[in-house]
Amino acid sequence: MITKMNHVSIFVLDQESAFDFYVNKLGFKVNTDAEMGPGKRWLTVNPPDQPDLEITLMLIDDGMMFDKDSSAKMRELVKAGTFGFGVFQCDDLKATYEELKAKGVEFSKPPTEEFYGYEALFKDDSGNWFSLGQKK
Amino acid sequence: MELYPRQYLYLRTVRAKLFIDENFGSNIDLDKIADEACFSKFHFARLFRSIYGSTPHQYLTHVRIERSKEYLADGQTVAFVCYKVGFDSLSSFTGLFKRRTGLTPRQYQVDRLNFKEAVAAKPLHHIPGCFAEKKGWKSK
Repeated sequence: MITKMNHVSIFVLDQESAFDFYVNKLGFKVNTDAEMGPGKRWLTVNPPDQPDLEITLMLIDDGMMFDKDSSAKMRELVKAGTFGFGVFQCDDLKATYEELKAKGVEFSKPPTEEFYGYEALFKDDSGNWFSLGQKK
Repeated sequence: MELYPRQYLYLRTVRAKLFIDENFGSNIDLDKIADEACFSKFHFARLFRSIYGSTPHQYLTHVRIERSKEYLADGQTVAFVCYKVGFDSLSSFTGLFKRRTGLTPRQYQVDRLNFKEAVAAKPLHHIPGCFAEKKGWKSK
Protein backbone atom coordinates (compact mmCIF):
# COMPACT_ATOMS: atom_id res chain seq x y z
CA MET A 1 0.00 0.00 0.00
CA ILE A 2 1.46 3.34 -1.03
CA THR A 3 1.23 5.81 1.83
CA LYS A 4 3.01 8.98 0.71
CA MET A 5 4.99 10.75 -1.96
CA ASN A 6 8.34 11.90 -0.61
CA HIS A 7 10.24 12.98 -3.72
CA VAL A 8 9.07 14.89 -6.76
CA SER A 9 11.23 16.41 -9.51
CA ILE A 10 11.10 19.80 -11.15
CA PHE A 11 13.33 20.18 -14.21
CA VAL A 12 15.28 23.43 -14.13
CA LEU A 13 17.66 25.27 -16.46
CA ASP A 14 20.10 26.43 -13.78
CA GLN A 15 20.34 25.04 -10.24
CA GLU A 16 21.92 28.13 -8.67
CA SER A 17 19.18 30.35 -10.04
CA ALA A 18 16.55 27.76 -9.01
CA PHE A 19 18.05 27.74 -5.50
CA ASP A 20 17.60 31.51 -5.31
CA PHE A 21 14.03 31.28 -6.62
CA TYR A 22 12.78 28.44 -4.43
CA VAL A 23 14.69 29.31 -1.25
CA ASN A 24 14.97 33.11 -1.26
CA LYS A 25 11.77 34.00 -3.08
CA LEU A 26 9.32 31.18 -2.29
CA GLY A 27 10.81 30.59 1.18
CA PHE A 28 11.39 26.85 0.81
CA LYS A 29 13.95 25.09 3.02
CA VAL A 30 17.03 23.35 1.68
CA ASN A 31 16.85 19.64 2.49
CA THR A 32 19.83 18.04 0.73
CA ASP A 33 22.55 19.79 -1.24
CA ALA A 34 25.20 17.32 -2.37
CA GLU A 35 28.08 17.90 -4.75
CA MET A 36 28.24 14.89 -7.08
CA GLY A 37 31.28 15.87 -9.13
CA PRO A 38 32.17 18.88 -11.27
CA GLY A 39 28.96 20.62 -12.31
CA LYS A 40 26.81 17.84 -10.83
CA ARG A 41 24.61 18.54 -7.87
CA TRP A 42 21.74 16.83 -6.07
CA LEU A 43 19.58 19.61 -4.67
CA THR A 44 16.27 19.15 -2.87
CA VAL A 45 14.04 21.63 -1.05
CA ASN A 46 10.97 21.35 1.18
CA PRO A 47 7.90 23.57 1.25
CA PRO A 48 7.99 25.19 4.73
CA ASP A 49 5.25 23.01 6.26
CA GLN A 50 6.18 19.78 4.45
CA PRO A 51 9.55 18.57 5.71
CA ASP A 52 8.90 15.07 4.38
CA LEU A 53 8.34 16.12 0.76
CA GLU A 54 11.61 16.70 -1.09
CA ILE A 55 11.31 18.67 -4.30
CA THR A 56 14.32 17.81 -6.43
CA LEU A 57 15.57 20.72 -8.51
CA MET A 58 16.81 18.58 -11.36
CA LEU A 59 19.18 20.20 -13.83
CA ILE A 60 18.46 19.44 -17.46
CA ASP A 61 21.88 18.50 -18.76
CA ASP A 62 23.44 16.04 -21.16
CA GLY A 63 24.17 12.71 -19.55
CA MET A 64 22.54 9.38 -18.92
CA MET A 65 19.17 10.88 -18.06
CA PHE A 66 18.95 12.95 -21.24
CA ASP A 67 20.93 12.52 -24.43
CA LYS A 68 22.11 15.73 -26.08
CA ASP A 69 19.10 16.00 -28.37
CA SER A 70 16.53 15.32 -25.64
CA SER A 71 18.27 17.74 -23.30
CA ALA A 72 18.12 20.56 -25.88
CA LYS A 73 14.45 19.81 -26.61
CA MET A 74 13.61 19.64 -22.92
CA ARG A 75 15.28 22.98 -22.23
CA GLU A 76 13.27 24.61 -25.02
CA LEU A 77 10.02 23.11 -23.76
CA VAL A 78 10.66 24.24 -20.18
CA LYS A 79 11.62 27.75 -21.34
CA ALA A 80 8.43 27.93 -23.40
CA GLY A 81 6.33 27.27 -20.28
CA THR A 82 5.09 23.84 -21.42
CA PHE A 83 5.13 22.19 -18.01
CA GLY A 84 2.92 22.76 -15.02
CA PHE A 85 4.35 20.72 -12.16
CA GLY A 86 1.78 21.13 -9.43
CA VAL A 87 -0.36 23.14 -7.09
CA PHE A 88 0.98 24.92 -4.02
CA GLN A 89 -1.24 25.95 -1.18
CA CYS A 90 -1.26 28.99 1.09
CA ASP A 91 -3.52 30.39 3.82
CA ASP A 92 -4.05 33.82 2.31
CA LEU A 93 -3.68 33.96 -1.46
CA LYS A 94 -3.96 37.72 -1.85
CA ALA A 95 -1.23 38.37 0.71
CA THR A 96 1.02 35.66 -0.74
CA TYR A 97 0.45 37.03 -4.23
CA GLU A 98 1.41 40.56 -3.16
CA GLU A 99 4.43 39.27 -1.27
CA LEU A 100 5.77 37.14 -4.14
CA LYS A 101 5.09 39.89 -6.65
CA ALA A 102 7.14 42.26 -4.49
CA LYS A 103 9.96 39.70 -4.62
CA GLY A 104 9.85 39.66 -8.42
CA VAL A 105 7.87 36.47 -9.00
CA GLU A 106 6.03 36.60 -12.33
CA PHE A 107 2.31 35.79 -12.28
CA SER A 108 0.31 34.88 -15.37
CA LYS A 109 -3.00 34.89 -13.49
CA PRO A 110 -3.85 37.09 -10.49
CA PRO A 111 -5.90 35.69 -7.58
CA THR A 112 -9.20 34.61 -9.07
CA GLU A 113 -12.23 32.95 -7.53
CA GLU A 114 -12.86 29.45 -8.89
CA PHE A 115 -15.43 26.78 -7.97
CA TYR A 116 -13.08 25.11 -5.48
CA GLY A 117 -11.38 28.15 -4.03
CA TYR A 118 -9.03 30.93 -5.10
CA GLU A 119 -6.23 30.45 -7.59
CA ALA A 120 -3.30 32.33 -9.09
CA LEU A 121 -0.64 31.09 -11.53
CA PHE A 122 3.05 31.88 -11.39
CA LYS A 123 6.22 30.84 -13.20
CA ASP A 124 9.53 29.80 -11.73
CA ASP A 125 12.86 31.16 -12.99
CA SER A 126 13.09 28.40 -15.62
CA GLY A 127 9.59 28.77 -17.06
CA ASN A 128 7.74 26.00 -15.19
CA TRP A 129 4.32 27.17 -14.08
CA PHE A 130 2.46 26.42 -10.87
CA SER A 131 -0.95 26.99 -9.48
CA LEU A 132 -1.11 28.70 -6.11
CA GLY A 133 -4.33 28.09 -4.28
CA GLN A 134 -6.33 28.94 -1.22
CA LYS A 135 -9.20 26.70 -0.20
CA LYS A 136 -12.61 28.26 0.40
CA MET B 1 -15.71 56.32 8.85
CA GLU B 2 -12.55 54.55 7.69
CA LEU B 3 -9.62 56.87 7.03
CA TYR B 4 -8.07 54.51 4.52
CA PRO B 5 -9.57 51.91 2.22
CA ARG B 6 -9.21 48.30 3.33
CA GLN B 7 -7.00 47.43 0.36
CA TYR B 8 -4.45 50.05 1.44
CA LEU B 9 -4.26 48.64 4.96
CA TYR B 10 -4.04 45.11 3.60
CA LEU B 11 -1.10 45.97 1.33
CA ARG B 12 0.55 47.94 4.13
CA THR B 13 0.32 44.86 6.35
CA VAL B 14 1.91 42.67 3.66
CA ARG B 15 4.71 45.23 3.37
CA ALA B 16 5.15 45.19 7.15
CA LYS B 17 5.60 41.41 6.96
CA LEU B 18 8.22 41.84 4.23
CA PHE B 19 9.90 44.51 6.38
CA ILE B 20 10.15 42.00 9.24
CA ASP B 21 11.53 39.35 6.83
CA GLU B 22 14.30 41.72 5.77
CA ASN B 23 15.08 43.48 9.05
CA PHE B 24 14.59 40.73 11.64
CA GLY B 25 18.18 41.17 12.86
CA SER B 26 17.69 44.82 13.77
CA ASN B 27 16.01 46.25 16.79
CA ILE B 28 12.60 46.40 15.11
CA ASP B 29 10.02 48.54 16.84
CA LEU B 30 6.73 46.92 15.89
CA ASP B 31 4.77 49.87 17.30
CA LYS B 32 6.65 52.09 14.88
CA ILE B 33 5.61 49.93 11.96
CA ALA B 34 1.97 50.48 12.90
CA ASP B 35 2.60 54.22 13.24
CA GLU B 36 4.21 54.38 9.81
CA ALA B 37 1.31 52.47 8.34
CA CYS B 38 -0.97 55.16 9.80
CA PHE B 39 -3.28 52.84 11.63
CA SER B 40 -3.70 51.88 15.24
CA LYS B 41 -1.45 49.26 16.83
CA PHE B 42 -4.50 47.23 17.74
CA HIS B 43 -5.93 47.32 14.23
CA PHE B 44 -2.51 46.50 12.74
CA ALA B 45 -2.01 43.50 15.04
CA ARG B 46 -5.53 42.25 14.35
CA LEU B 47 -5.15 42.52 10.56
CA PHE B 48 -1.69 40.94 10.69
CA ARG B 49 -3.05 38.04 12.68
CA SER B 50 -5.97 37.54 10.31
CA ILE B 51 -3.53 37.27 7.37
CA TYR B 52 -0.60 35.40 8.91
CA GLY B 53 -2.16 33.58 11.86
CA SER B 54 0.10 35.21 14.44
CA THR B 55 0.73 38.65 15.91
CA PRO B 56 3.56 40.74 14.42
CA HIS B 57 5.65 40.03 17.51
CA GLN B 58 5.06 36.27 17.31
CA TYR B 59 5.92 36.36 13.62
CA LEU B 60 9.15 38.30 14.27
CA THR B 61 10.17 35.68 16.82
CA HIS B 62 9.34 32.91 14.33
CA VAL B 63 11.51 34.52 11.64
CA ARG B 64 14.38 35.00 14.09
CA ILE B 65 14.30 31.36 15.17
CA GLU B 66 14.06 30.09 11.58
CA ARG B 67 16.97 32.27 10.47
CA SER B 68 19.01 31.24 13.48
CA LYS B 69 18.61 27.61 12.34
CA GLU B 70 20.18 28.50 8.99
CA TYR B 71 23.13 30.28 10.58
CA LEU B 72 23.64 27.43 13.04
CA ALA B 73 23.56 24.91 10.20
CA ASP B 74 26.29 26.95 8.50
CA GLY B 75 28.50 26.44 11.56
CA GLN B 76 28.34 29.95 13.10
CA THR B 77 28.81 30.16 16.86
CA VAL B 78 25.71 30.27 19.06
CA ALA B 79 26.66 33.71 20.44
CA PHE B 80 27.17 35.11 16.93
CA VAL B 81 23.84 33.72 15.76
CA CYS B 82 22.00 35.01 18.82
CA TYR B 83 22.97 38.63 18.17
CA LYS B 84 22.85 38.30 14.38
CA VAL B 85 19.14 37.44 14.44
CA GLY B 86 18.30 40.24 16.84
CA PHE B 87 18.22 38.72 20.34
CA ASP B 88 19.75 40.77 23.16
CA SER B 89 20.53 37.93 25.51
CA LEU B 90 22.06 34.53 24.99
CA SER B 91 19.96 32.93 27.71
CA SER B 92 16.65 34.19 26.30
CA PHE B 93 17.68 33.01 22.80
CA THR B 94 18.74 29.58 24.05
CA GLY B 95 15.58 29.16 26.16
CA LEU B 96 13.25 30.21 23.36
CA PHE B 97 15.08 28.08 20.81
CA LYS B 98 14.74 25.02 23.03
CA ARG B 99 11.06 25.65 23.67
CA ARG B 100 10.42 25.94 19.92
CA THR B 101 12.57 23.09 18.62
CA GLY B 102 13.09 20.78 21.60
CA LEU B 103 16.87 21.17 21.22
CA THR B 104 19.41 23.69 22.41
CA PRO B 105 21.00 25.75 19.62
CA ARG B 106 24.22 23.77 20.04
CA GLN B 107 22.42 20.40 19.88
CA TYR B 108 20.57 21.57 16.77
CA GLN B 109 23.85 22.68 15.22
CA VAL B 110 25.58 19.36 15.93
CA ASP B 111 22.63 17.50 14.34
CA ARG B 112 22.71 19.63 11.20
CA LEU B 113 26.50 19.52 10.84
CA ASN B 114 26.44 15.74 11.28
CA PHE B 115 23.77 15.49 8.59
CA LYS B 116 25.81 17.66 6.20
CA GLU B 117 28.92 15.59 6.88
CA ALA B 118 26.98 12.39 6.24
CA VAL B 119 25.65 13.77 2.94
CA ALA B 120 29.14 14.86 1.86
CA ALA B 121 30.73 11.53 2.87
CA LYS B 122 28.06 9.22 1.45
CA PRO B 123 25.76 11.22 -0.85
CA LEU B 124 24.27 8.11 -2.42
CA HIS B 125 22.72 7.25 0.96
CA HIS B 126 20.53 10.34 0.49
CA ILE B 127 19.58 10.02 -3.18
CA PRO B 128 16.92 7.62 -4.45
CA GLY B 129 18.78 4.85 -6.29
CA CYS B 130 16.82 5.18 -9.52
CA PHE B 131 17.86 8.81 -9.95
CA ALA B 132 21.48 8.10 -8.98
CA GLU B 133 21.54 5.37 -11.59
CA LYS B 134 19.94 7.51 -14.31
CA LYS B 135 22.43 10.26 -13.55
CA GLY B 136 25.33 7.81 -13.82
CA TRP B 137 26.42 8.41 -10.22
CA LYS B 138 25.95 4.85 -8.99
CA SER B 139 28.73 3.34 -11.08
CA LYS B 140 31.37 5.82 -9.83
